[in-house]
Amino acid sequence: MMSSTNNLKGRKVVLHDMCLRDGMHAKREQISVEQMVKVATALDAAGVPYIQVTHGGGLGGNSLQHGFALASNEEYISAVAPKMKQAKVSVLLIPGLGTMKELQSAYDCGARSVHVATHCTEADTSPQHIAFARKLGMDTTGFLMMAHLNDPAGIAKQGKLMEDYGAHTVYVTDSAGYMLPEDVKARVQALRDVLKPETEIGFHGHHNLGMGIANSIAAIEAGASRIDGSVAGLGAGAGNTPLEVFAAVCERMGIDTGVDLFKLMDAAEDIIVPMMDHIVRVDRESLTLGFAGVYSTFLLHSKRAAERFGVPARDILVELGRKKMIGGQEDMIMDTALTMAKERGLLKEVAA
Amino acid sequence: MKKIRCALIGSGNIGTDLIYKIQRSPVLEPVWMVGIDPESEGLARARSMGLKTTAEGVDGLLPHVLEDNIQIAFDATSAYVHAENSRKLNELGVLMIDLTPAAIGPLCVPPVNLREHADKVEMNVNMISCAGQATIPIVNAVSRIQSVGYAEIVASLASKSVGPGTRANLDEFTYTTSGAIEKVGGARKGKALAIINPAEPPMIMRNTISCLTDDEPDHVKITESILQMIKEVQKYVPGYRLVNGPIYDGNKVQVFMEVAGLGDYLPKYAGNLDIMTAAATRTAEMFAEEILAGRIQLQAVEAA
Repeated sequence: MMSSTNNLKGRKVVLHDMCLRDGMHAKREQISVEQMVKVATALDAAGVPYIQVTHGGGLGGNSLQHGFALASNEEYISAVAPKMKQAKVSVLLIPGLGTMKELQSAYDCGARSVHVATHCTEADTSPQHIAFARKLGMDTTGFLMMAHLNDPAGIAKQGKLMEDYGAHTVYVTDSAGYMLPEDVKARVQALRDVLKPETEIGFHGHHNLGMGIANSIAAIEAGASRIDGSVAGLGAGAGNTPLEVFAAVCERMGIDTGVDLFKLMDAAEDIIVPMMDHIVRVDRESLTLGFAGVYSTFLLHSKRAAERFGVPARDILVELGRKKMIGGQEDMIMDTALTMAKERGLLKEVAA
Repeated sequence: MKKIRCALIGSGNIGTDLIYKIQRSPVLEPVWMVGIDPESEGLARARSMGLKTTAEGVDGLLPHVLEDNIQIAFDATSAYVHAENSRKLNELGVLMIDLTPAAIGPLCVPPVNLREHADKVEMNVNMISCAGQATIPIVNAVSRIQSVGYAEIVASLASKSVGPGTRANLDEFTYTTSGAIEKVGGARKGKALAIINPAEPPMIMRNTISCLTDDEPDHVKITESILQMIKEVQKYVPGYRLVNGPIYDGNKVQVFMEVAGLGDYLPKYAGNLDIMTAAATRTAEMFAEEILAGRIQLQAVEAA
């Protein structure tokens, strides 16, 4: 049987696992150093070339806003990096949260790749960090978050800025799991049209509408060569694109990822799933994220606020989407829940 | 009534907004605006508002300082040129109010420590950052009641209100503000987070302040202290508003603030810029009141 995607046969795609960074969100930052080493070792053995390891919020993430992890980023990275036979350890750096000092320190601990992340319209907050990563000799990605909130022409402009600052790769990042394959294609295509041929394009998906795999394939069709996923989907919201499923699809389509599918399946089933506090899947709240276009990390925060103030999590998430809150504004979840609780007569106001 | 004559260095948004605030002041008078581009819109506007202007930078102002009796200058340029600007003007006995992240002088948050700086006749005071002005009063309101081991602030800013300088130097903003949360706020450890949100219509500046007290927080005393502090800030930033809180969770105290600007030259949502110009004006006013009352006298700083 012929398929329209047969033209992808022989394409090489670099996989980047997120379960030890994005997965930290789903674990309320409570993955231990030992667990990180165990997971990373299994992924390394399965041939995954890049493994991201940090607090869910990346460098500088330890905070009241984003939660405190069991160990520092330095402790996680220096435990994992020396154990890697082939994989490179990567980190996330969101300017405004993490700084160049922290990037230097992550590099000193063994990190060799970085996603420098900004909201999809604010690339010009990243020039110093991208340049610094390049100076350190790191594999450097410019990571445009909440990419559904900028149109293809806008994404192309922002991506071009990041390329100018020195990024090797520019990512379309579907932080809300909101995008459909045509949205992904249009943005990747727009980037491909303006970026230098040697600049790679990546896609980072969330599975809130169950589109993680379809979107990643659409990205490859439009010219992407790097795909983020997460073994067993361990990530924020309904998780990232499940990496072992994606690897299987790639194998069927003849896309070359270089990973050992069965080893990846074993890591998912035997190590990651037993670690989960809740089964990461599309449920009412994570579906709401995807449907309303809300940052995936808001999921557990909203559930906690819902429990505390008696306003349903779905109502809070829809309101956050309406107010166009973006990644990093987790404090506004509590604030929004408080305001809604007051309006609904569930809370007495502090006398002002 | 006699007014203290001022110079504004930097003819951008901040400098222009300062003209409006200083013109309203009963004790300050804007006299000079200093720029570097003769074609700049800011200089033209300053001229039309009755100020003398130069496009020669601070060097263009220096020959006029004494004859025009300039006693206070506001620097809204950049950290890179501030030190030189300050040295040159201090030598002529001009007090420098620093709105750049240079921070070569002591950090100033008016309701917390302005009095102290005025009494010491500091010749250069730094206004920290917009997030610092918006959050440090609250940290201090908690730490003056009970010791605070850790304070964290999150500032959400409208994308349109964040200029290229801040964007290209976000780390500097983080370090300066974190340090000031400790030095002026009184927390043993401080952390500052900044988010730039592009929503349309632009969001009004928001700030969330969280403090961890060493012992169980005294809800009544801390709430009272915070509400009192908010009133102090409202004296110079009327749009400084408590949206939610204080809420208490174990040893954590959380306050959710909004800062709307006065809408002088800058739009109302840019409360982050307004609170800087308002705090700088308030700072200059206190020095001016002291000078006019004869209680302090500015001294030329000898060249080192």
